[in-house]
Parts: sequence; structure tokens; C-alpha cells
Amino acid sequence: MTPLVQLGRPDRTPKTMVTLTIDGQAVTVPEGTTIINACESLGITVPTLCYLETLRPVNVCRLCVVEVEGARVLAPACSRAVEPGMQVQTQSARVKHSRKLVLELLASSVDLSTTPGMSDLLEEYDCSPERYGPPEPPHAPGTRDAHIPGHHQPPNVAYAARVAQPTKVDNDLYIRDYGKCVLCYKCVEACGPDHQNTFAIAVAGRGFDARISTELAVPLPQSACVYCGNCIAVCPTGALMAKDEYDMRAAGTWHEEAQQVTDTICPYCGVGCTLTLHVQDDIIVKSTSPLENSITLGNLCIKGRFGWRFVQGPNPVASTGVSGRG
Amino acid sequence: MFGAGGGTNSYEEVEDADVVFLWGSNAREAHPIWFHHLLKGIRHNDTRLYVMDPRRTSSAKWADVWLGLRVGSDIALANAIAHEIIAAGLTHPGFIANATEGFDAYKAAVQAYSPEAVEETTGIPADVIREAAHAFATAKRAMICWTLGITEHHNAVDNVLSLINLCLLTGQVGRWGAGCNPLRGQNNVQGGGDMGAIPNKLPGFQDIEQDPEARERIGKLWGVEIQPTYGKNLTQMLHAMEHGDMKGLFVIGENPVQSDADGNRVERILNGLEHLVVQEIFLTKTAQLADVVFPAAATWCEGDGTVTNSERRVQRVRKARSAPEGARDELWIISELARRLGHDWTTPTAEEVWNEFRVAAPAFAGGMSYARLEELGGIQWPCPDESHPGTPFLHERLWQQPRVGRAAPFSIAQNEAPSERRDATYPYLLTTGRRLESYNTGVQTSGYRSPLHWGESLDISPEDARALQIVDGDIVRISSRRGTVLAPAFIDKALREKLLFMTLHFPDEVSTNVLTTDVFDPKSGTSEFKACAVRVDRATAAELAERAELVERGALQHAEHQ
Repeated sequence: MTPLVQLGRPDRTPKTMVTLTIDGQAVTVPEGTTIINACESLGITVPTLCYLETLRPVNVCRLCVVEVEGARVLAPACSRAVEPGMQVQTQSARVKHSRKLVLELLASSVDLSTTPGMSDLLEEYDCSPERYGPPEPPHAPGTRDAHIPGHHQPPNVAYAARVAQPTKVDNDLYIRDYGKCVLCYKCVEACGPDHQNTFAIAVAGRGFDARISTELAVPLPQSACVYCGNCIAVCPTGALMAKDEYDMRAAGTWHEEAQQVTDTICPYCGVGCTLTLHVQDDIIVKSTSPLENSITLGNLCIKGRFGWRFVQGPNPVASTGVSGRG
Repeated sequence: MFGAGGGTNSYEEVEDADVVFLWGSNAREAHPIWFHHLLKGIRHNDTRLYVMDPRRTSSAKWADVWLGLRVGSDIALANAIAHEIIAAGLTHPGFIANATEGFDAYKAAVQAYSPEAVEETTGIPADVIREAAHAFATAKRAMICWTLGITEHHNAVDNVLSLINLCLLTGQVGRWGAGCNPLRGQNNVQGGGDMGAIPNKLPGFQDIEQDPEARERIGKLWGVEIQPTYGKNLTQMLHAMEHGDMKGLFVIGENPVQSDADGNRVERILNGLEHLVVQEIFLTKTAQLADVVFPAAATWCEGDGTVTNSERRVQRVRKARSAPEGARDELWIISELARRLGHDWTTPTAEEVWNEFRVAAPAFAGGMSYARLEELGGIQWPCPDESHPGTPFLHERLWQQPRVGRAAPFSIAQNEAPSERRDATYPYLLTTGRRLESYNTGVQTSGYRSPLHWGESLDISPEDARALQIVDGDIVRISSRRGTVLAPAFIDKALREKLLFMTLHFPDEVSTNVLTTDVFDPKSGTSEFKACAVRVDRATAAELAERAELVERGALQHAEHQ
């Protein structure tokens, strides 16, 4: 039996293999592999904030830098492709120094208290963010949003500059705590070209004034936001958080260690998105989807992310319940 | 299609398609995560998107070309595309000869549908039709995806067949990235069909009348004699109940009083039954009419089982929380009911039921054990044995020479306008659909709050609003031959003149389906939700006062946003 044409999936597996050395170990990977993925195949962990396998690398956090022999500057492992014969150092003194600086500058200016793994990293890289001075008091609501690109604010040298400002709570579904934002761009990419293509948010401002913003800094309900929460799903610091979780954390009732997670399928349309339900005391407190799921790549729509509440009564702690079976 | 009741391709394949016809579907809102795959094609792989929809929807905004056809002129458009493909010599003669039958008759039938001849019927300029035809036929990979804009018509099956014809004509099927795909509207509408919960099929789409071997084999498995006659579809059941031929009804997880067309009639019919049993997670409007209500667990998170999605992927649902007190597992309810009717089915687990299904439909699901579903993250049917990886796209056989299995038939479909026409009394055409944040009759989506929950509105074109002298938020009365509702107007530039849009998401506030017609497709039983003639008038002072009173009492939750 001969088929008339080529029928199957186009074969896109790279045919050329590349051999390089990472921390003295030789490794052979397909052409086009990034250094960070080559490291992974050797079991070498490279720290990063802005990299995620489902998003295109934007090279902004500079935490994943590695030293490539013969290169003038450090290379971001998340986007730099491997080359034959490359000699990579992931733990050289220069690399460690650079990461320490990045971590200290972030920790001195951003609230990293809900960034998973951050306290370990600060310790590992021997960081002392406090040496930049006492933390600047929080900015008044809206003041950072009003900063105009090019109009530099005179720094107050008595303090370590901070991005702290009150949390934005302007809808029932999720909050934005930009005092915790490290400007990793993940939310902008997920909302924009990489997944959702809604473009409700972008980076506004320049330099230290740069911040994630809706158009003209309007509240979310007046923006293009469709509440898919795909920004929350990729946020590495908890700056974006479902309002349920935010309320429960505020009330001291958010106990991640006591939560069971179960994968099931969304009860709405026929796409069949996997929902990972996070359940605490028999109450659903959060819905996510696995990054590696071939249907969702970790994304959901408003119904999958937030529309499960009907099966249960209002969350006794979170304030966003409407109705349910109780 | 061609005997396999499911879409032909995987979601991932749409990313590799060069041309996609999205026909009668606002997937951006109704199937958002599928639309992500399409967007990946559009943004990263130069996929060209053609959207066929009377409304310039949020999906149409992503299209290279929006073909804003008139409601119910789909067959005219499809046939004209075929006409042009044939006239321009862009068919795939090798595929037609190898894989299909009935081409000559089809060719003769579409002769009358030149692009110029259908301009008036469809509202689409002939040049646009020609360009779409050429794009589809010459694409390396092209796909047609549709939803209820195709199937909620009185000639639903003909609509679908007219689209399948285009794939057969050009060999755009049976290959990676080429095929025809209905996007399913509910998380297990595909699975219900798979399992045989349709009136003419046994498990695995084995035909009740035409497959005596399957009837015999499954009858033995179940210990019953299976009657060699089709059952009734929903519309036929309503008809039978209306005429006293059916006296009892068992409804599981459906709210027909609010979801079916001509809601007043459905309510009257259900009220006339001798006995109505409703198994539900809420006391819906339908459950309120029941003699007996079985409070059920919400199986998707309070029980175990499987569902099948629009790419034929069978996936597991799992228990994540306990059902509320008094609500029972659905399998327990059914088994107990059987026991009281004198049949001891024990109380099987979901896995045991599934395994029986695998025995009943071995060619379809024999290889899908729970362990493999777990391991592979779901499997796309057919999957006949435990070494089979599942099937990403169907009908590869049509390309084998000599062809394997029976030929795929061209079907002749003639255009027929919607059953209700606009006239002097009812000068507008109402079409219905979904919005992003809500779902069907709102039983589930009324459970959460969001800034997108605006409540129901009558969406109307700026031209019509001007003619009626109404502005956003004005309360209007919408009347059809069957009923009347009040709703606030919302001026929507996505609509053409004389075309209105509503949803059924807030039926307790605006019962849209008292307007819709229950004229249905005899082949599928689906009502023509997409087209009914209505009139629009400003609400009277008395109506406004009555509505104000409802708002006052809090009966219109969403009125504050209006």
C-alpha cells in the first residue's frame, strides 16, 4: 500500500547533534538546544526568574547567566543556543558575583517574601541586600503609575529605592501586588504574543520607573483583561495572585502544605483542559493547569481558572463567593 | 464523519495548517484554549484564518478574511467555494478517484452555485469567495472547524456535509493538519456519543440498525435483547411527550426548560408528564418540575470517570473533594435505580464500567485501560489494543492505494433559508450564542463573579439602534411568534443591520429561549437556535415600572451593571 502523499506529522527533530562541555562534563544535545536545557540534561540547576519552558526567553532577569569561554560577557543560559566545542562554566567566580549582584538589587527593591526558593538563593549567593540602606517607604497609591518616561525622579539617598506600593484590588478574581514585581515580563508574554494574545498589560515607564501596567494604568475592569489568569499562572513572585489566595494569606488560613492537588477535566466546553484542583479542608481554593499538558501548556480561560465555585459554598475566608451548594 | 463520529484532527495540528476555515464558531470565546493553538499558527506559522460568521466576532477579529455571510446561507457559500475550486481546476483528482464516490453528481449539483449566483443569498462578494476557494484548495494543509453556527439550524446535517465535501474535493483530510473538526460545546458531548448515549448508536458508534453483529454481541454482554430500531432524539422525545406517546422522563444533568428552544412549550410538555425524574447537582428550573429529584455529586470533581474532548482524547476525571451531604455518586444512583427496577448491577466503580465499554467496543477503545490513560495523559480514539498509541488524525486510510475500507461519499446539499423569515411584523433576525465568561443556562457560571458578568443584553447594530432611537442600556421588548422578553440594549458594531444577538446565560432574568423556534433538523434533532424572526420595541412605561420593581427586589442580579 502506497500513500499518495506524505500524511503524517512533519518531522522537525533536529538532525545535527552538538557536543559541548559544561562544568567539565561533556554533553551531546540536538542543535538549537539552549544552554539551560543542556544543563538540565546533566542535572545542573541554573537559577532563573524570567525563564519558563512555555514562554519565549526574554533575557531580562540575568540570573541564569553563565560563563562561556572566550566570550567577553556572560551569556543568558535561557536563550543562548549551544555551539560545538563550547566550554561553559555555571559556577565560576564571575558568574556567582554577577548573580549575587542581581539578587541583591532585586531583594533590596522588591518584596520577595512569596517567591518560592528565594530565601535559599539569597543564602546560597551570600547576599546582603540590607547594605544598600534602609528600605524606602511604600509609594502612595498611583504615584509610580504616574511617573513619566524620561522624567527622572531624584533619588532619596537615605534609602534603598523600592517599588513598594499598595496592592491593587480592583476586581473579584485576582489582585496585583506590584511591590512584589521583578519585571520578569512573564505575565506580559502570557497575556500577549506567547499564549493569550489579549495584550491587556505591558511594561510602562523606563529604568527604575518601569512597571507592568494596563493601558493608561486603568483598573482591570476597564482594561482589555479577560480574566484568564494566565498571568497568575506564570508569575514567579506572587505579585499576581488569585483573590481567594490573597484573602486567605491575609487571614492566615492559606496552608499550602495542607493542600491536596488532583488533576481532573474542566466541566465547561469540549476542549478538555486539565484542571489541577488545589483543595484545602475539602474546599477548592485554586485551579491551575500543568505546564507540560499538551492541550493547555498551563493556560486556562476564565471559566477553568475561576468558574469552579458552583460546586461548593462561598469560601469562608475568601470574599469572592457568590453561590454554591454549601 | 464517514462513519467515525468525531473530529478528524488533533488541536496541535491546527498550528501547522496553512489555511483554516473557522465556520459558524466564535472559538475565541467558546473554546478559548483551542483558540490558543490556532493563534500559535496565525502568529508563528503564517496560518491564514478565514472566519465565516454573520457577526464580526472576537474570533473574526483575528481573521485574514472575515466572510460575514447572512444567517443560514452556509450551504450556498460552501457550494460556491466548491464551484470555484472545480471551475479553476483546483480539485485533487487523485484523491477524488481513490477515496471518494459521487463526485459527478456533486459536481452537477454545485453548478448552480457560481460565486456570482450566491452573492445575493450570502452577502459575500464573488471575488472574496473565489479567493477563499483558491486559498483552501492550494494550501498544503487546510482545515475546516465549526461549531453550533453550523449545527443549530433546521438543515444542520446538510450544513456539515457541505463542509465535508470541500475537504473531499481537495484532499484536505486524512493528513496531519488537514481535515474537518466540530469543536464540541460541552466537556463530554463527544464522550456521551462514544459511549452510545445517542439514539442510533451502540458504544463506539456501532449502528443499532445496521450492525447486527454488534447488536448481538453487546446484547449478550448486557444480558438483554437489543431492539434493532433507533431510539428517539431529544426533539422527537418532546414531540412524543406532547402527544402522549411518552409518559415519563428521566433527565440527567440537563436543564431543558431553559436550554431548549421554545421554552414555554418545553415547560408545558414536562408538566404534562405522568412522571418526571431529574438527577441534578442543583434544583434547576427543570428539577423544580420533577416528581423525584436525585441530588447528584458533581462527577467532574466529586467522582471518577472519563470524558472525551474535541480531539477524541479520552481523559480521566478524578475526585478532588467530597460531594455535599445527601448528594450521591452518579453510578450509585443509576445502580440503585436498576436494583429497584429488579436488576442487580452491584455498584460498579467507574473503572469497571469503562472496562465493560472497552469490551463492548474493542476496535474503538480496547487499548485504553485506566493505567494507560494515566500514563499517556489521555488517549485519542480509536485505540484497539494496549500497544496502540492512539490516533492523532483520522482517515489516513483514504490515501492508501488501493484504498482501505469504504469510499467517502460526496453528499449533495442544497441551500435552504432559515425556517423563519423576517417580515413586516417581525423585521429582525435573532441569532443566539455564547459569551466568554458564561456557559449555557448559567447553572454553573452564576456561581462566580467577574467584571465580565454583565448579564443579558440584546445586542443590536448601530444602524438599527439609530432607527429605533435607542441607546446603550435602554430596556427593549423583544417578541417572537412564541414569546416576549425584556432586556437592555447593547449597541454592537459586530452586528449587521437587522441582525440581533442574545445568549441563554441568564435565563432567570431574560429567558431568551421563549423566543427561539423549535423547528429542527429531522436528521440530527437539533433546533434552529441560530435564527428566529423577532420584533424590537421600546418597553412601555408599565413594563419599565414592573422591571424596576424586580430590580428593587433583587430579582435581576445583573441589572446594576446595565
